[in-house]
Amino acid sequence: MRYILKKIASTLITLLVVSVVLFMSFQLISGDPATRMLGTSATPERLEALRAELGLDKPLIIQYLSWLQAFVRGDLGTSYVYKQSVAGLLATKVPVTLWLAGISFVLMCALALPAGVYTAKHAGSPTDRVLMVANQVIMAIPPFFSGILISWLFGMVLRLFSPGGFVSYERSFWGFVGYLVFPAIAIALPRAAQVAKLLRGSILEEAGKNYTRTAYSRGNTTSGVLYGHVLKNAFLPVLTFLGMSLANMLAGSLVVERVFGIPGISTTLLSSIGNRDYPVVLAIVMWIAVVIIVINLIVDILYRVLDPRIAEEG
Amino acid sequence: MGSAQDNTCQSEVILEVRDLHIEFHDHDKPETAVEDFDLTLHKGEILGLVGESGSGKSLSALAIAGLLNRHSLTKSGQILFDGCDLLTCERSRLRSYQGDEISIIFQEPMTSLDPLQRIGRQMEEALRIHHKEMSKDERRKLALQTMAEVGLAEPEKVYRMYPHELSGGMIQRVMIGAGIIGQPQILIADEPTTALDVTIQAQIIALLRKINEERGMAILFISHDLSLVRQLCHRVIVMQRGHIVETGDTEEVFLHPREAYTKALIDAIPKVDLSEFAGTSDAEASHVR
Repeated sequence: MRYILKKIASTLITLLVVSVVLFMSFQLISGDPATRMLGTSATPERLEALRAELGLDKPLIIQYLSWLQAFVRGDLGTSYVYKQSVAGLLATKVPVTLWLAGISFVLMCALALPAGVYTAKHAGSPTDRVLMVANQVIMAIPPFFSGILISWLFGMVLRLFSPGGFVSYERSFWGFVGYLVFPAIAIALPRAAQVAKLLRGSILEEAGKNYTRTAYSRGNTTSGVLYGHVLKNAFLPVLTFLGMSLANMLAGSLVVERVFGIPGISTTLLSSIGNRDYPVVLAIVMWIAVVIIVINLIVDILYRVLDPRIAEEG
Repeated sequence: MGSAQDNTCQSEVILEVRDLHIEFHDHDKPETAVEDFDLTLHKGEILGLVGESGSGKSLSALAIAGLLNRHSLTKSGQILFDGCDLLTCERSRLRSYQGDEISIIFQEPMTSLDPLQRIGRQMEEALRIHHKEMSKDERRKLALQTMAEVGLAEPEKVYRMYPHELSGGMIQRVMIGAGIIGQPQILIADEPTTALDVTIQAQIIALLRKINEERGMAILFISHDLSLVRQLCHRVIVMQRGHIVETGDTEEVFLHPREAYTKALIDAIPKVDLSEFAGTSDAEASHVR
């Protein structure tokens, strides 16, 4: 418990540092908002008045603190382009990315974990060889290409969904989930291939360790040794990769959102960068930072729960 | 010394190995690791198997424990236990003996336990596999009792600990306890003290002798250390390069070695009487109890 509190505290500090760095860099690149709002022909007096109104004449640290205070309360600023609140703008995008990431992650685990265990258990068998070759091929296909393939196969040939015809969750929740399954396959496949390969290797490595021999000497069956001892040990190195994958999925996958025409945060991020809509960019970059840092925290805590050896260092 | 008993030869034979051959196929040419290996183990006897590294003693022990299953390896001959040949019987029959009738402890205690499982759970593993009729409480009770028997102080505490929290000597005690918890007929000890320092080594030897005497359990003790074998074993088999060189009662072999190789091994023993250490450790072990 103390360990978890300590971890959460250090996570909060990390987030604070990240927010300072991001705020400062956006100050540097975005230039003077007053000039942008009034145009270059505005008189110096009017600019000065607007700066005072926006609080831009105050020291940077005060500006940062008031920005942070507003940010934590959910006020992410106003989009330059859409003239609406960033929070309102993202409220429709983030759930799409969350669902897409969630479905992708579940698919990835559902494919990779059984495949990894199976190929490790039957290492060297014909099925293992076929699966490992298939694995290599899947890993080598870039998502934009698999996305196009999936659109063609499931959309045009099998007519299971209509490519480009994104269904918003407000209109039909199941239609929305049904649409997202296909882009999720494109996201999940290459990562699933990596996880399966990683898990297979890790199981085979653990299977060569002495405690496995001990487990056999007690009269365990191969399955008993695998599920009773090896799998948990073999899963530890895979956990980090699963965490990284989930973080990447939650940060949005630009190519897949583009190919399938999904209005998620990646599409929004790209268009906002093009429009120099800095408040939106800042909010999305902060989102990505929070996602990655929080998932790291969760992975750390999971390691602590799963591996008693880590408890020593806490 | 007084550990060598003369009457062991008349008692019942519980394990017989005949004409065991083990061959590796890792390289182009097959390599013979063990050849014409014969062994007879009697009820309640401690049989030593000595030889330098690479003499095939550990391989023979692993074969008896049913742990040689590599694809790049062939075995022939017979390992007769309980009226069945362990080399050719079905896996399920072999498994029913493993951990229940034949147990084994290894050279590297630190890596021999699952790092993610509590000691208690690992102590009880053989019971969970072979004695499903036992309740959770019965298993726990027997585990704690056995842990005390093998000289683990505060068994209740150790029961909840993880392997990384224990020393090598303590883990070897756990391995022995987990090995004997199902009251097997044979305990194979494959260089059980090689990775431990000398005082711990003497304690483990004393513990093995105690288990042999109190439980009447036969022990196959594999070691490269002749002085340990002399302290512990009733009979001894000397191996060199996959072959048996000499076999006989321990004192007989030590006092009147017939083969030059055995003589050379005996001459290589440092002239220190380790039984002194064994004596003190006996006292210590009972202290812990």
